[in-house]
Amino acid sequence: MNPSDSMGYAAPTHPTNSPTPPPPHSLSMYPAISIRQLNHYYGHGPLKKQVLFNINLDINRGEIIILTGPSGSGKTTLLTLMGGLRSVQAGNLSILGQELLHATKEQMTLARRNIGFIFQAHNLLNFLTAYQNVEMALEIQDITAAEADTRIRTVLSAVGLEHRIDYYPSGLSGGQKQRVAIARALVSQPKIILADEPTAALDKKSGRDVVEIMENLARKQGCTILLVTHDNRILDLADRIIYMEDGSLVSRSDVAAIAQ
Amino acid sequence: MTQKKKPLFLSWLQLRKERARLLVAIAGISFADVLMFLQMGFRGALFSSAVEFHHSLNGEIVMLSSRSRSLISLDRFTERRLYQAAGVTGVASVSPIYLNTIQWRNLDNKEIWEIYAIGINPEHQVLNIPGVEANREQLRQPDTALFNLGSRQEFGAIAQQFKAGETIITEIDERQVQIRGLFKLSPTFGINAYLITSDINFLRMADFRQGGLIDVGVIKLNPGADVEAVLAEMRSRLPDDVKVMTREDYATAEVAFWNASTPVGYTFDLGVVIAFIVGAVIVYQILYSDVTDHLPEYATLKAMGFRDRYLLMVVFQESVILAILGFIPGTAIALGIYRITNLATMLPMAMDLGRIVFVLILTILMSSFSAAMAMRKLQAADPADIF
Repeated sequence: MNPSDSMGYAAPTHPTNSPTPPPPHSLSMYPAISIRQLNHYYGHGPLKKQVLFNINLDINRGEIIILTGPSGSGKTTLLTLMGGLRSVQAGNLSILGQELLHATKEQMTLARRNIGFIFQAHNLLNFLTAYQNVEMALEIQDITAAEADTRIRTVLSAVGLEHRIDYYPSGLSGGQKQRVAIARALVSQPKIILADEPTAALDKKSGRDVVEIMENLARKQGCTILLVTHDNRILDLADRIIYMEDGSLVSRSDVAAIAQ
Repeated sequence: MTQKKKPLFLSWLQLRKERARLLVAIAGISFADVLMFLQMGFRGALFSSAVEFHHSLNGEIVMLSSRSRSLISLDRFTERRLYQAAGVTGVASVSPIYLNTIQWRNLDNKEIWEIYAIGINPEHQVLNIPGVEANREQLRQPDTALFNLGSRQEFGAIAQQFKAGETIITEIDERQVQIRGLFKLSPTFGINAYLITSDINFLRMADFRQGGLIDVGVIKLNPGADVEAVLAEMRSRLPDDVKVMTREDYATAEVAFWNASTPVGYTFDLGVVIAFIVGAVIVYQILYSDVTDHLPEYATLKAMGFRDRYLLMVVFQESVILAILGFIPGTAIALGIYRITNLATMLPMAMDLGRIVFVLILTILMSSFSAAMAMRKLQAADPADIF
């Protein structure tokens, strides 16, 4: 599959001049993520370098978005800003209606609790079993013991690891580890999932399996997914594809041109 | 079904996973604890042995020359002062004691060693030491003495030979002296062995000493006498060439002398400080590499919405767990070494609960201090870096 084929599934990518589709699952009037005139810089003084240029983007609840583009185009920076992992410098960025510009450290920490992160490296805690790694996500939730146990077992079964519950990460394959990471991100039923290259370390088959599992679970929970990837094999799973280059979001027609 | 989920015991799970590192940490803390216990043990042995003589005196009040500082720093005074004090209301009896080191010849290898001789009146019960009371009256006979069970080997195998029923005639200052019994006083850092004899025999063995000039006066009071009132009366009557004090104050002054006027107290205190630092460095190394190794995981936890406080608690808990796990074998090993040291040196090495609690507190402080240092590394766990 080449990228231009997959563009057929993509909705308009320039939110400022195209209306976004109505939110399919949302009960709230807030979009999941709303970005206005976002600029971002690295470094200070003479070394200061702009990495994001006037980003405008709305992502509705329940949408599955793929953010793609060449290395160094600013995808990961945008993702960490949306995840509340970096402070917003200029422009507005709100997550589930909460503005992150000038947010305190504590506000950012609490905002992150509504987000499930899936990393390129699985980043599991190697001294915890699959069960305990998933349990960690519930450590900061107010939840009864019985409810926690049910949710952990359900989500581990959903990713096909019910027979690996008490395995340590060292005893799991790369795909299995990534599936534990997905279970960990989903068990707290977050409103948003941010995933950075979740398939990069996996072979074709397990890469696609992992994303399909993620997509199924997210659709059941009405969860918004933003997935940064270079992986063309999974582009067809997205509701919308956003292309990024040199720190700017690129409109669809331009994407088509670039793809050719 | 409303029971809340129990938190994961992350600190222990993390420590448990790296067995080798855990063992090194426990060994390091045990080592530091053993060092601390030994330093404190030697210090305690020094002080308790230094005052065994003092506590054995059969009298509530002790008289000394005003220039005496310690058993190893004595000055003499005339026994007339003691008889003056005997006139104070409330005094039941007084007894003079002569003290001096004299030359003892080890009969096995003919070496000369200094022995600490105690000369008492054999008609009085002066020393409450097992073995002295039973054999006191034998000292009425010329050239007799009692020998110390706790003496070091350098003085010869006197105790063993005596117990085997042999007649032991040894040579003290060119005189033939027969050992008539054994008693028990621990050696101190200043005194290797004791010999107890009568005042008359003492003056024969130490012919450089003048009769009537004594080292310590023991004053026994009538039952119910007011010690403070008697002391006050004596102080008002006696010239200032002598001082009187309670037996407890006498022992306290001896400890204070060793602590302040010799390098010994300082040396052992310094030893405890060094052990503390060694332990702290070991725990710091372990916790620092533990935090460093888990930095990506910690950053992940921060990204998931855990507060810094949670991670600080994990590291702090690890330090307390390590402290307790290291303390237990450390204490056991220290008890073993106390026993061995006691057998090898006759020093009264004894463990007490206060010291155990003190070392446990020091260990936890040591670990927490190291944890606080290692925690600074946690700041480096930036959740934005893990993407």
